[in-house]
Amino acid sequence: MSLLLILIPLISSVFLLLARPGAVRTIALVTTLANFAVSAFACMGFVGDGSFNHEFRLPWLAEAGITFRLGMDGVSLLMVLLTNLLAPLIVLSSYGKNFDNEPRYYGLVMLMLAALNGVFMALDGLVFYIFYELALIPIYFICAIWGGQDRIRTTLKFFIYTFVGSLFMLVSLLYVYLQTSLPAGTLAEAGATMHSFAWEDLVQVQLAPGAANWVITGFFLAFAVKMPVFPFHTWQPDTYTAAPTGGTMLLSGIMLKMGIYGLIRWMVPLAPEAMHTMAPVFILLAVIGIVYASIIAVKQSDLKRLIAYSSIAHVGLIAAGAMAWNKAGMQGSLIQMLNHGINVVGLFFIADLIERRLGTRTLADMGGIAKSAPKFATLFMIIMLGSVAVPLTNGFPGEFLLLNGVWNYNMWLGIVSGLTIIFGAVYMLRAYGLAVFGEANEATARFEDVSTREFVVLGVIAALVMVLGFFPGMVLNLTDGSVNRILGAVQF
Amino acid sequence: MHDDEGFWKFFAYLNLFIFSMLLLVMGDNFLMLFFGWEGVGLCSYLLIGFWYTNKEYGKAARKAFIMNRIGDLGLLLGIFLIFKTFGTIGFADLFARMPGMQLEAGVVTMICILLFIGAMGKSAQIPLYTWLPDAMAGPTPVSALIHAATMVTAGVYLVARCNPLYSLSPDAMHFVALIGLVTSIFAAIIGLRQNDIKKVLAYSTVSQLGLMFVALGMGAYASAIFHVTTHAFFKALLFLAAGSVIHGMSGEQDIRNMGGLRKAMPVTFWVFLIGTFAISGFPFLSGFFSKDEIFAFTYAHGGKWWWGFAGLGALFTAIYMCRLLYVTFFGEFRGTAEQKHHLHESPAVMTVPLIVLAVLSVVGGFLNTPHFLHLGTPQWLAGWFGAVIPLNEMHLPESTEWSLMTFTTSLAVAIIAGLYFVYTRSGNLPVADNLQTGLTRVIANKFYVDEIYDFLFVKPVEKLSRLFHHYVDIQGIDGLVNGIGAGVRLLGAQARKLQNGNIEYYLLSMVVGLYCFC
Repeated sequence: MSLLLILIPLISSVFLLLARPGAVRTIALVTTLANFAVSAFACMGFVGDGSFNHEFRLPWLAEAGITFRLGMDGVSLLMVLLTNLLAPLIVLSSYGKNFDNEPRYYGLVMLMLAALNGVFMALDGLVFYIFYELALIPIYFICAIWGGQDRIRTTLKFFIYTFVGSLFMLVSLLYVYLQTSLPAGTLAEAGATMHSFAWEDLVQVQLAPGAANWVITGFFLAFAVKMPVFPFHTWQPDTYTAAPTGGTMLLSGIMLKMGIYGLIRWMVPLAPEAMHTMAPVFILLAVIGIVYASIIAVKQSDLKRLIAYSSIAHVGLIAAGAMAWNKAGMQGSLIQMLNHGINVVGLFFIADLIERRLGTRTLADMGGIAKSAPKFATLFMIIMLGSVAVPLTNGFPGEFLLLNGVWNYNMWLGIVSGLTIIFGAVYMLRAYGLAVFGEANEATARFEDVSTREFVVLGVIAALVMVLGFFPGMVLNLTDGSVNRILGAVQF
Repeated sequence: MHDDEGFWKFFAYLNLFIFSMLLLVMGDNFLMLFFGWEGVGLCSYLLIGFWYTNKEYGKAARKAFIMNRIGDLGLLLGIFLIFKTFGTIGFADLFARMPGMQLEAGVVTMICILLFIGAMGKSAQIPLYTWLPDAMAGPTPVSALIHAATMVTAGVYLVARCNPLYSLSPDAMHFVALIGLVTSIFAAIIGLRQNDIKKVLAYSTVSQLGLMFVALGMGAYASAIFHVTTHAFFKALLFLAAGSVIHGMSGEQDIRNMGGLRKAMPVTFWVFLIGTFAISGFPFLSGFFSKDEIFAFTYAHGGKWWWGFAGLGALFTAIYMCRLLYVTFFGEFRGTAEQKHHLHESPAVMTVPLIVLAVLSVVGGFLNTPHFLHLGTPQWLAGWFGAVIPLNEMHLPESTEWSLMTFTTSLAVAIIAGLYFVYTRSGNLPVADNLQTGLTRVIANKFYVDEIYDFLFVKPVEKLSRLFHHYVDIQGIDGLVNGIGAGVRLLGAQARKLQNGNIEYYLLSMVVGLYCFC
């Protein structure tokens, strides 16, 4: 089943890229829906005790201890669900746009999905790294080909930045790999020891304190760039703004979660010895990012850029909560990864709809949309409230748990992080007020309300905002066993 | 309002509010309370900004939400600290566990103050009160229900609900009482010089809430809740009556343009009169009982000075309320001819609720009459709360109670009577804004608190936002990142010179290299 989640989009991608058929959009949509069905099916009979379900093994380079191995515990499953839940919405939201060379666009999106699913399921260090890098390639082309102004420069910077970050991870990964030692196997010469990339073997390695600091820093650089954490974030607003909205959704909704997932699955378990010294630094950076990005978001005039900075703030909190390494923080970061993904995709779609209709993203040129497009205004409101984390919307349980987690780690950091609930309201309500309320101008008076297809996308997202806000237990139960096991196994 | 577009939305929001408010008061733990707490804040935001095309209203709505959020952060942190200290956030559990625990006084004080910060936001206490007067941008029924009677008293409810905690921390109690007292006087002073009928009532609400916090700080939890109840009756009455006035005056809210409405709107006039008398503490109306109880308590627990200052707030209250009543309903009509032409009493759908509330404002005080009056229902309400809120303990001789009551009451009656002769003469009417001078001008401008906040908080954050964006982010951090990129390119350009394709050059370097290493 795990393999299927990668194979379906991969085959679809190859087909789209090479065969260049008609009805591209339909094929893409069917692929994503099929994948969603498979991931939903994977939930059935899921054993939530923290063990890996649906394991798939294929000997690959046995001499080097590399196995193509996939599997899902609660954390992985949640990420897979997020990916495949958002994928159809992202495809559907691109429907209204005409791209040059459509098969290539959707083919690359499908390739991206295959890689993302791989990242979240890989249980072999090298396989993880390969998928992690593979995901970068299609998104680079998506942004560079179909992006907006200044796309080449921006995208190149994004590519180099994340790629360099990943290289540090590779070094760390290889170092830990070389520290593994397994009893001689059949293929190895007698008396020699073998190394292994298997997750369990990597986790077992005891690192010397000095080495552990370097290892964890390598991982952190890769993940911090991807998320991004202050001060490694400067590629993000430019890229989110320049990328086509589908690409922005992939980046913000799913791809940045690779970084947080990486923290939880790989960084901390592989080098817990260093957490004592390094975690304070990492968490401090994340918390600085929350306040810093929030303050910048307050005065942004470009809607897309505002959402981009708000995303840095939210991700900073998720990262801080995850690295606080306690139950509330971890549960909060997991549930918030899902909900942030849902909300940010909704918000970027809204920004895109406004841009399509008005030809501008500048907040000052908007206003009065509530009058001409009440349905749009209501859906926007619900998603916005989710992002502000009002209770009984999906943003709240995560934010509550995250703040509690950070607060348990350190009271003062918790209080500073708490400022996010104030600033979050400041910039989101400002954006909403400027865009939707007020007097209509000539352009916004003719603002068309949502079409059926747009309504489906926004409606599903708004429904998720409320359902997940009312019943956060669904998500928390899914990950509970895994969180207990991870926290129990990795202590420092 | 019935002509408004999105009339249905109004009721949808209102029902959402009722849902949230019930969640707030019926939740059996702090998390549920917090759900309701933020939920009512959201509804308040939606309803203040109900007329969304008006930018100023939108700003007022945003201000309310954000100021409430500041308080909410305090409440949230308080909940975290409770959970950490007690291991539970259920009310029943918490209060059952408390007696057996060794508690540090500092922690309890910290919890109480954090919770109280939440209450400051919701119940509009200094320094977070400025949103409430602006919240009057919303439709008048909203002001009556949410911003006078129910939501804003949630803070009082919270402190009363947590009375076992507060009782353990005298410092926190003092803090609550002090904030309440200062707010009560400060808001009442501002109320003296406001000319918008709803703004006067808004500052009055802030001031009355302050009085409730004085009661809480003095340990008179039941009295505070009692005052919440009576206040809900007469303040809702006053707001709805004000709404009726505004309706009759075709949207006019400035009392300087009213006057003499007594004849055109008799029902509204009489209920407004009852409301004014009730809030001023006229004998045997509801406000009389609840206020008197608070004053007696303040005297018993805080002493003369506390009692005196609390009384000062009440004195101002009586003054601005009578000013409002007399300027609006007595004297000559000062509006335009068109307004005069349209002037009418409101229909029954508006006046009947007013009459009901007026009756309640009159008899509401009998829920909880003091013992020494022997009126048949001594301390009924307080007894009803008995299990959750310990009975008010007050040890004052009856004669002292009598004299205190007589003093405050006669003062109230004197003001009501005296001001009639002041404000029904045209020479004493409030003047136009540009004619205000000195202290009057400062008070009319609400002591410029909004401007001060703007200068201290809003402007700096906005400046910081631009500074971070342009200098730190784009030029600083991103400049560094691009600098590294440029550096690499520069290095590449230098290194490229080594690979110039000249065989002789390669041979030379080979020889030099060999020489060096050998």
